[in-house]
Amino acid sequence: MKSNPILRWFTTTRGSGVILIVLLLCFWQFSALYLMDTPTWPPVTRIFAAWFENIADGTLIVHLLATLWRQMLGYWLAVVLGIGLGLAIGYYRFAYNLLEPLIELFRPIPGPAYLPVLVLFVGIGNEMKVVLILVASLFPILLNTYSGVRSIDPVQFDTARTLGLTTFQTLREVVLPAASPQILTGMRISLAISLILAILSEMIVSNDGLGYFTLLAERTFKVPDMYAGIFTLVIFGYSLNRLFLLCEAQLIRWHQESSGRHET
Amino acid sequence: MPDYLEIDRLSKQFSTHGRAACKDVSFAVGQKQFVALIGPSGCGKSTLLHIIAGLSAPSAGQVRLKGETVTSPRPEIMYVFQQYTKSIFPWKTVLENVCLGIKYRQRAPRKKIEEIGHQQLKVVGLAPYADYYPYQLSGGMQQRVAIARALARRPEILLMDEPFSALDAMMRVELQDMLLWLWQDFGLTILFVTHDLDEALYVAQRVIMLSASPGRIAEIVDVPLPYPRNQVQTRRDPVYLELRGQLYDLMVKQVMAGRAEVA
Repeated sequence: MKSNPILRWFTTTRGSGVILIVLLLCFWQFSALYLMDTPTWPPVTRIFAAWFENIADGTLIVHLLATLWRQMLGYWLAVVLGIGLGLAIGYYRFAYNLLEPLIELFRPIPGPAYLPVLVLFVGIGNEMKVVLILVASLFPILLNTYSGVRSIDPVQFDTARTLGLTTFQTLREVVLPAASPQILTGMRISLAISLILAILSEMIVSNDGLGYFTLLAERTFKVPDMYAGIFTLVIFGYSLNRLFLLCEAQLIRWHQESSGRHET
Repeated sequence: MPDYLEIDRLSKQFSTHGRAACKDVSFAVGQKQFVALIGPSGCGKSTLLHIIAGLSAPSAGQVRLKGETVTSPRPEIMYVFQQYTKSIFPWKTVLENVCLGIKYRQRAPRKKIEEIGHQQLKVVGLAPYADYYPYQLSGGMQQRVAIARALARRPEILLMDEPFSALDAMMRVELQDMLLWLWQDFGLTILFVTHDLDEALYVAQRVIMLSASPGRIAEIVDVPLPYPRNQVQTRRDPVYLELRGQLYDLMVKQVMAGRAEVA
């Protein structure tokens, strides 16, 4: 079938999606200039100007780094704890019996619900935010790790035994890699959660971070700054996810390339 | 003087459904013998092999290797699983898979370990594929990786659980012949489980037939055919055909008896 190259480009690439975003921004610009003359809806050009200003004088960089630091600290603590506990629960039946009911009880609690309790115990400083991020990011990683370990085929454990591997060697050579696709799924879910809670905790009580910057701009009627904060979050969140997908593809290429094929 | 590998009144009962997988199975395997275990599906062949490997405990009886009771996996015994797609770890390259069993055992530098791995791959004809991942190989090649990995540990005994049953006919024939010369080259003792009568007769010196569940020994037959065997000549040897007929009748009887018991 012969087809128009432009039509083909539209149907086979995501170029159309990018064009849509540009069009929406143009419409925003147009509507702000000619349709809705209100301070709450500034033209995109003014937002970009405010954005550039805040980056140039270092304000946004400082806040971005503050957010990044507490998010990463909480997130990676959750990763270490989640994978460690998850391996133990998945590998040892008694650990599963002991801890699984407790986890089921805590799992449905939405992350932000821990906030008031944490404020009482840890205060309103950075520790509280890190702990909040840690607790909320922990469960997806923990659950995915132990369900990944529990779904490992017995043949793989038997193979490890006949090859004379010790428990530690089996964890390292067999269990961890076998469960890694599921562990990484949990880690990706938690990465998004950790950003949500970092911003939320900064909006509630903080003196730095992107959440603080954005909310403060709104309260002081610097609406273009507020949008600049949100735009920063868009770019930040998007880059984090892309970076994660890139690392994931490197780590479990064997899985992604073989899962297209049917296994017996 | 005890036999090399003794299976002594072995029984296995699964606690969950109280059914016996095998009952009172006794036989002995001499060093460097090639023995095939055959029987209808569900007769506990795999269970038996698992117990001999020390992977699970019997309900009664014991397995002795050179007079010593086997209770856990031993370095002299290697197991080749039917499910090579799982047994060969998909996250490791072919070479890493082959080296896994010797990586921790010997106090040798990594280079030496990899050298053994390469050498082993050459033996099974996979030398150019060292850096491939299992999913890039065919089923027959993957099972060769499993055999190379087992051989890298320099075992005395190879336990094989329907190793070629998932392969196509050409591959299977090729691997049967490869296994036969590996057996002679390495001086291995092989216990080979299969449900394929022709395969059992072609490779083994002795065929042990189990009855339907619970598996008991129904018949032990010596196969007095000379090695090296040949896929065409051996399979039309009158002795082969005679044994095949005899075992086939027995097999049918086992299957029928098994059905009658269920009904």
